[in-house]
Amino acid sequence: MSKYTLNVNGQSRNVDVASDTPLLWVLRDSLDLVGTKYGCGVGMCGACTIHLNGVPTRSCMTPVSTVGKMKVTTIEGLAAESGKLHPVQQAWSDLDVAQCGYCQAGQIMTAAALLKDNPKPNDEDIDGAMAGNLCRCATYMRIRAGIKLAAGLTTASKGGAQ
Amino acid sequence: MSTLTPAQSLGRRDFLKLTGLTGGGFALAFYIRSGGAAAAADAAATADFAPNAFVRISPTGAVTIVSKQPEMGQGVKTSLPMIIAEQLEVPWKDISIEQGDFDEKKYGGQSAGGSQSTPSNYDNFHLVGATVRTMLVEAAAQTWGVPAAECRAVKATVVHSSGKKLTYGQLVAKASTLAVPEKDAVTLKQPKDFKLLGTRIAQFDTNKIVTGKSLFGIDVKLPGMLYAVYEKCPAFGGKVVSANLDQIKTLPGVKDAFILEGNGKVKELVPGVAIVADSTWSAFSARKQLKIVWDEGKVVNESWETFVTQAKEKSTQPGKTLRKDGDPDGALASAAKTVEAQYTYPFISHANLEPQNTTAHWHDGIMEIWSPTQIPAIGTGMVNRVLGIAPDKIKLHLNRAGGGFGRRIGADYLIEAAAIAQKVNAPVKLTWSREDDMRHDQYRPGGIHFLKGGVDAKGKVVAWKNHCFTFGEGGSPGSGGSLSGDEFPGRWIANYHAEQTMFETGWPMGPWRAPGSCVFAWVMHSFIDELAHAGGRDPLELRLELLGDKDEMPAGNAGGAAKGKQGGASYNVARMRNVLKFAAEKAGWGTKKFTKGSGAGIAFHFSHRGYFAQVAEVTVSKDGQLKVDRFVTGVDIGAQVVNLSGAENQVEGSVIDALGVLMYQELNIERGRTVQSNFNDYPMIRITDAPAKIETHFLKTAYPTTGLGEPALPPVAPAICNAIFAATGKRVRQFPLSRTDLRWS
Repeated sequence: MSKYTLNVNGQSRNVDVASDTPLLWVLRDSLDLVGTKYGCGVGMCGACTIHLNGVPTRSCMTPVSTVGKMKVTTIEGLAAESGKLHPVQQAWSDLDVAQCGYCQAGQIMTAAALLKDNPKPNDEDIDGAMAGNLCRCATYMRIRAGIKLAAGLTTASKGGAQ
Repeated sequence: MSTLTPAQSLGRRDFLKLTGLTGGGFALAFYIRSGGAAAAADAAATADFAPNAFVRISPTGAVTIVSKQPEMGQGVKTSLPMIIAEQLEVPWKDISIEQGDFDEKKYGGQSAGGSQSTPSNYDNFHLVGATVRTMLVEAAAQTWGVPAAECRAVKATVVHSSGKKLTYGQLVAKASTLAVPEKDAVTLKQPKDFKLLGTRIAQFDTNKIVTGKSLFGIDVKLPGMLYAVYEKCPAFGGKVVSANLDQIKTLPGVKDAFILEGNGKVKELVPGVAIVADSTWSAFSARKQLKIVWDEGKVVNESWETFVTQAKEKSTQPGKTLRKDGDPDGALASAAKTVEAQYTYPFISHANLEPQNTTAHWHDGIMEIWSPTQIPAIGTGMVNRVLGIAPDKIKLHLNRAGGGFGRRIGADYLIEAAAIAQKVNAPVKLTWSREDDMRHDQYRPGGIHFLKGGVDAKGKVVAWKNHCFTFGEGGSPGSGGSLSGDEFPGRWIANYHAEQTMFETGWPMGPWRAPGSCVFAWVMHSFIDELAHAGGRDPLELRLELLGDKDEMPAGNAGGAAKGKQGGASYNVARMRNVLKFAAEKAGWGTKKFTKGSGAGIAFHFSHRGYFAQVAEVTVSKDGQLKVDRFVTGVDIGAQVVNLSGAENQVEGSVIDALGVLMYQELNIERGRTVQSNFNDYPMIRITDAPAKIETHFLKTAYPTTGLGEPALPPVAPAICNAIFAATGKRVRQFPLSRTDLRWS
C-alpha cells in the first residue's frame, strides 16, 4: 500500500492503495465517486473517461501512481460549483439522450473535452472524437444532437425531450 | 412469432404469473387497493394519503409515485408513472418517483421482459391514477358540502364551479378517511384530454445520470462492504478440482477465498472460486494469481464450426416438421423459377455495458440483495431453491440496470453473490469482469437455415421450404432458437414446409432482445427478397401480395400437419398491410432513383404485439464499406405513445443495435468455450457507423397500447441487407457483414 494525495475535482484527497490500482477503482471504491464507470478494463469502451489536466483519459488504464499532481476531473466535478450544469450535461438533459445511462458519464466527459478544443465541431469531428465511447443502447443519434446543442449549433425545439 | 418469447424459457404459465398478465377484474381490483393494510399503516404513520401502493400524497402536497418495474434503460420508471400522473392531474414537474423494492404481493407482477411492461400495466395505471383523483375530488366535495360532479381536478387542486379551491395537500386528511371507490364509480380521463401522454418527457433519473450520482447496481456501497470476484471454468459446465486457496488468502487485501460447488445447472450457480477482498482492485489483482485445476466437463469437444458443417450434411435429411401445407416438392418442381440459399447467424453476447453484479448481505437470517435484474422473481426463486432460504427471508432491492436486452432475465450473477454472501460475515459486492461477462453470458443461439423457394411465371411465391438448425439441451431449443411453423410466411403460402433439427449442447443460452424474431425476420425477409428479384417483382408489391386480402390470420391455421400445436400467434394482417404501406409512403418507396452502389430495401415484422415496417437506404462504396444513409420505421403499437421521447429513443436504439449485430457481432465457441473475451475481439457498433438519418413514424391505430423495447429491432437487418442487394447485387446470407465480400466495380 502507498499513500497518494490526489487533486480531484478541485479538492485534495488522500488515499492509501496499491500503487498499480487504476484511478478508476480509486475513484469508485476509495473516494465514493461512482459516476465514473467500469465497462471493459482495457480502454476499449470509454465508460471510465475522466479528464487529467483537461485531457480525456481512460481511468481504467491509469495507475494511481502515475497521476501525481495532475488535476483529475470526473463527471461529479464537471458542473460549476454553483451546481449549474456544464452545457454538455444540460444538452444531454434537454434532449433526454440516455437510455440505460451507464456509458453517459464517459460520453459527456469526452464531448466536453471535444468542445473545449473545437467549439463548433462538424459531423465528422463529432464522430471522430466520440468513436472511442461505446453506447450499448446505441443512443448515438442523440449524442450527436446533444453535442450540436451544447455547441449552440442547434436549439432544443425539435427532438428529444422538452 | 414470438409475442411472449421469454415464455419459451420459463414455461408460459410461469411467465404469465410473473408478469401479472392474468389481467381482468381481479388485477384491477388488486391494483387500486394494492398494498392494503401495510400501505395504510405506512400512510397513517406519516399522515400521508396513500390509498394504494403506487401513489403517496403528503399534507404538504408532495406527490410520490412508486415505480414497480425494473428499469434498464427502457424508460419504464418514467413512462409508467406518466400514466398515473396524467389521470391524477398532477403536473409532471411536481412528481417524484421512487423505485419500489421487489414485492409482488404489494405491487403485482414486477417482470421487465418481452416488451410487456407497458401492455400489462397500462390500463391498471390509468385506473390507479383516476381512482386517487376521484377520492381527492370526493374529499373536496364533502368538505364543501357540494356534489362531486360540480368539482374537477386541475394541477393538483380541486376546483368547485363557484371558484373555490383546495390543493391536494389540503385534502390529504379528508381523503384518507374515504373508502376506495369501486371501479365503476371512477371516471377515466379520455385520450382527447391527455396533456402529458404522447409528449416528450426526459427520464426521471436524467439529472442523476448526467451528474454521476449512485444509481446502478454496480454503484451500491454499504458500510463494511467487501468486494468479490468469482472465477468459473472457461469451458461451459466445468468444475473445480482444486485451487491454490491458501496462497490466495495471503495476498494483499484478501479476506477469504473458497470454492463453490454449484448446483449442476449452467444458467444457475456455476461452480467456481470466490475471492473476497477489501476493494475491487485487491480482488481483481488476487485473481490473477489463481491456479485452478478444472474438470472441463462434457462440452469440450463441441465447436460452432463443426456444428455448421454437420448442419450442411444433414440439411437434406428430414428434421422435425413444424408445419406442412400442400405439396412443396411438387410445387418446386413445377415452379417457373426456384431459389436455394443457406442463411447462417452465429451466437452473440448481450454485452450489457454494466457488467453483471449484485450485492448481498446475509444477516439476521435474512438474505438481503441489491441487484440489477429484469425478472426479480427468477433470482429470489433461485436463492430459495439453491441456498434453501425461505421466500419471506429474502429481501431484494431493485437497482437501475446498465442495459438489459434479456441478459438480466438470467440470475446466475445474483445467485453467485448470494452464495458468496452466505459464507461471509459482511455485505459483499460481486463484480464480474468484462471477460466474465463475455465468457459466461447466456447467449443468443446461432442458427443455420436451408431454404428453397419457387415462384410461378408471374413471380407469385408458390413454394417455400425451410430446414432450420438450432441448439439446445434436453430436447428443448435455447431461448429464441425455436422456429414456429407459424413464423411468417408460414400460413400464407399454399405449399409450405418448415422443419427443425436441434443440436444438443451444454452451452448456456438465453433471451436476447426480441428472441427468435431478431434472427428469423432476417432469414425470412431476406429470402422473400430473393424470390421477389427472381420473379422480377418489386419487393414491396410482392410483400403486399403475400400478405393478401384477409384481415386476420389465426394462429396454427388449418392445413398444417401440426395443426393447433405450433405456438404461433394470431396475426392482424390488416395492421401489417397498413403499417407497411405507411412506412413505404414515408420513405418514398419507388419514387427515388439510386445510382449503382446505393439502394433501398424493405422488411416488416410482427412481434411483442407490435407491427413494424422499415425501409433502409444505403450506400456501399466500391471497396465494400456500408453506410446507412437513411432509415425509416413505421410503428403501429396501438392507440397511444406514452412518452414520445422514450419511444423514439427505443426505436433509434433498436435500429442501431440491429445494424451493429449485422456489421460486427460474432461470438465463436470452440472446444466448449468462447473465443472472444472483451471489446477488442468482440467489436460493437460505434457512433461512426450510426446512420446519417433515422426517422420514426407512429401510425396511430385503435388497438391497445403495447411495448417498444424489442419489436422495432427484427426487420432492421433484412431491410438493410435487402438495400445492400439493391445497391450492389450482393446477397448477405451470413452474419456478421465481414463474412460477405461487398466490393463492386
